[in-house]
Amino acid sequence: MPDTLLFAMEATLNGLTAGVMYALVALGFVLIFKASGIFNFAQGVMALFAALTLVGFQSGQIPFSHLINAIFGTRLHHFGWNMPTLLAIPATVAVMILLAILIERFVLKHLINQEPIILFMATIGLAYLLEGVGDIMWGAEVKALDVGLPKGMSDTVDELTFNWFGYGFFIDRLELWAAGIAAVLVASLTIFSQYTKQGRALRAVADDHQAALSVGISLRFIWVLTWSIAGIVALVAGIMWGSKSGVQFSLSLIALKALPVLILGGFTSIPGAIIGGLIIGVGEKLFDFFMQPIIGGATENWFAYMLALVFLLFRPQGLFGERIIERV
Amino acid sequence: MLYREAGDFKASYVADSQTFPIKFDRYGYYFVLGFAFLVMPLIINDYWANAIVVPFLIYTIAALGLNILIGYCGQLSLGTGGFMAVGAYASYKLMTAFPDYNIVFVIITAGLVTSMVGVLFGLPSLRIKGFYLAVATLAAQFFLIWLFTRTPWFFNYSPTGMISAPTREVFGYPVTGPRASAVSMYLICLCFLVSLAWLARNLTRGTLGRQWMAIRDMDIAAEIIGVNPLMAKLTAFAVSSFFIGVAGGLLFTVYLGAAEAGEAFGIDKSFLVLFMVIIGGLGSIFGAFAGAFFLIVGPVLLKLLLVNTLGWPTDLAAHLEIMIVGALILVFLILEPHGIAALWRTIKEKLRLWPFPY
Repeated sequence: MPDTLLFAMEATLNGLTAGVMYALVALGFVLIFKASGIFNFAQGVMALFAALTLVGFQSGQIPFSHLINAIFGTRLHHFGWNMPTLLAIPATVAVMILLAILIERFVLKHLINQEPIILFMATIGLAYLLEGVGDIMWGAEVKALDVGLPKGMSDTVDELTFNWFGYGFFIDRLELWAAGIAAVLVASLTIFSQYTKQGRALRAVADDHQAALSVGISLRFIWVLTWSIAGIVALVAGIMWGSKSGVQFSLSLIALKALPVLILGGFTSIPGAIIGGLIIGVGEKLFDFFMQPIIGGATENWFAYMLALVFLLFRPQGLFGERIIERV
Repeated sequence: MLYREAGDFKASYVADSQTFPIKFDRYGYYFVLGFAFLVMPLIINDYWANAIVVPFLIYTIAALGLNILIGYCGQLSLGTGGFMAVGAYASYKLMTAFPDYNIVFVIITAGLVTSMVGVLFGLPSLRIKGFYLAVATLAAQFFLIWLFTRTPWFFNYSPTGMISAPTREVFGYPVTGPRASAVSMYLICLCFLVSLAWLARNLTRGTLGRQWMAIRDMDIAAEIIGVNPLMAKLTAFAVSSFFIGVAGGLLFTVYLGAAEAGEAFGIDKSFLVLFMVIIGGLGSIFGAFAGAFFLIVGPVLLKLLLVNTLGWPTDLAAHLEIMIVGALILVFLILEPHGIAALWRTIKEKLRLWPFPY
C-alpha cells in the first residue's frame, strides 16, 4: 500500500479521536440549548473551571489563597494533604451543581423572556466572570492533571496495524479512552432523557416552556438540572483535555472549536454533536495533511469555521437540526 | 430653567430635526467639542495620551462601527479583531509601498479595503442569522489572523513577523513612529473620531439607518415593506467594517507603532469591542462613547487602585479585572439591557420634567 494512503489513514484515525474530544464539549452546548434555548458560550470555561477545581482538590490547594495572601499578608497555599481522585471527582461534581444553582439563582432567573441574543451575551459575561473566579480561586499557572487514565501510544493499535499494513499507526491511548467515555456518556444521557421522569420533564421543557409550566413542571428546577448535567459533561471534557494538554487557559478556547461542530450537527441534536465532532476532527486533520505542502500549516485554527460557514450556506439548520421556520 | 425645550422655538425643519434639540444639550456638545480641540491639546501629556485618551478615541471608533452592525442592523459579529487587523495590515502595506501618500488617506484607504473584506464575510448573513452568523464571523476572525501571520507578503518578509509603522507627518508634525508627540497623536485620532461619529449619527437617522433598523427589528417584515435585505445588510457590513478598519489602522499606526496579528488583534479584541457596545448600549451613538470610556478607564483605575495603592500582585489584579468585567456585563444585562445610553436617556427625561415627577 502506498505510504501517502497509510499516512492519510492515520490522520483520519487521529481526526476521529480528536473529533470525539470536540464532541464532548459540543454535547454540553446541545444539552443547555435544548432545555433552555440558551446558547451557552461559557461551556468551555466551565470545562476549564471544572478541571481547575479537580486539580485544586486533588493537590489540596486552598481556594482563593492568592487573594487571602494579598489582603491579609499571609502565606497560605496548600492544606498539606492530597485528596484521592475518587473523592475529588464527586467533590468537583458537587461544586458544579452548586455553580448551576448559583447561575440559575442570580442570572437566569432575571433574564426570563429576554431575547436569545441577550441571553447569549449574558453567557459571554458569565464566561469572563467564571474565568476570573477560576484563576483567582486556584491560580492561573499551567497544571498537570492526572486521574489515572492511561497515556501514550497504544501498543495494541500499533501492533495490529503493523500486522495488517506493515506500518504501525500512532494513536494516543487517552483518546481511545475518551471515545469510550463519550460513548458511555451519550448512552446514559439518552437513557436518562428517554426513560426517567426528570428526563421526560426535561424534554417537555425543551419542547415548550409554557406548556411544561402548565402541567406542573418546575422550570427553575429543570434549569438547575440541565446546567448541572452540562457542568458534569464539562467536567468530563475538562478531565480529558486537561490530561491531554494540561489545565490552562487555552482549555476554554475549545469552546470556540465546539461552535462549528454544533453548526454542522445542528444545535438540538445529541447524535448531531457527535457526528459533527467527528466530521470536523477528520476534516481538519485531512485538510492539514493534504494542504500543508501548498499553503502552510496550522490550518486547524480556521478550517473548522470555514467548513461550517460553507455548510451553513447550503443547510442553515445543520445536519440533524430541526427545520427553521420563520413567521412574521 | 436649565434643561427645557420651552422657549426654544424651532422655525424650520432643519432646526426641528437637529441632533440636539434641547439648548442645554447643544451648548454642552459645543463645550465638549471646544474643550476636546482647544483645551485638551494644551494639558495632555504622554501618560494620559497613552494610557487613556488615545485608546479611548480609537476604541470608540471601533465601537461605533460594531454598534452600526449589531445595534442598528442586528447582525451579530465576533470578527472585529480580524477586521481591525485588515485595517492595520492594509495601512502598513500602503505606508511602505507609497511613502509619499498622506497618512490620513492611507487610513481612509485602509478603511475602504476593510470594508470590502467586510462585505465579503457579510455575504453569508443573507442566509444565516443570529448565533450562526456569529460563528461565520468567527471564521473571518481566525482565517484573517492566520492569513496575516502565515503570508510573509503582508509583513514585508520581516524576520520577526511583526509590522512596524514608519514615521509619517501631517502638516509637518509626525503623527506615527517614535517621534510622534502626544498632542499630534491625540489630535489625529480626535479628528477621525469626530468626523466618523458625525457620519454615523447622520447615516443612522437617514434612509439607510432606518432600513438597517427595519432589518434588525424583523427582517421578513422589512422585506415585505420594501426594504432590500441584500442592500441593507451589505451596506451595514461595509460601513461597520470601514469604521473598524479605520480603528485598526489608527490603533496600529498611531497607538501601537508595532504589532503582530495574533497578539494585537486576537479574539479578545473582538470581545472587548462587543462588551463596549453592550455596556454602552446597543443602537446608540452615545453608547459607543460611554462603553469605550467605561472599559478603557475602568481597568486603568482598577489597576491604579489595586497594584499601586494596595500593592497587590499584577496577575491577581488582572484576574480580578476579568472577573469584574464579566460581572458588569451580567449586571448590565439584568438591570439595564440597553446599557449606559438608556440610563442617560432616563436621566434626561427626568431632568426635562424636574421638579415634577410627570
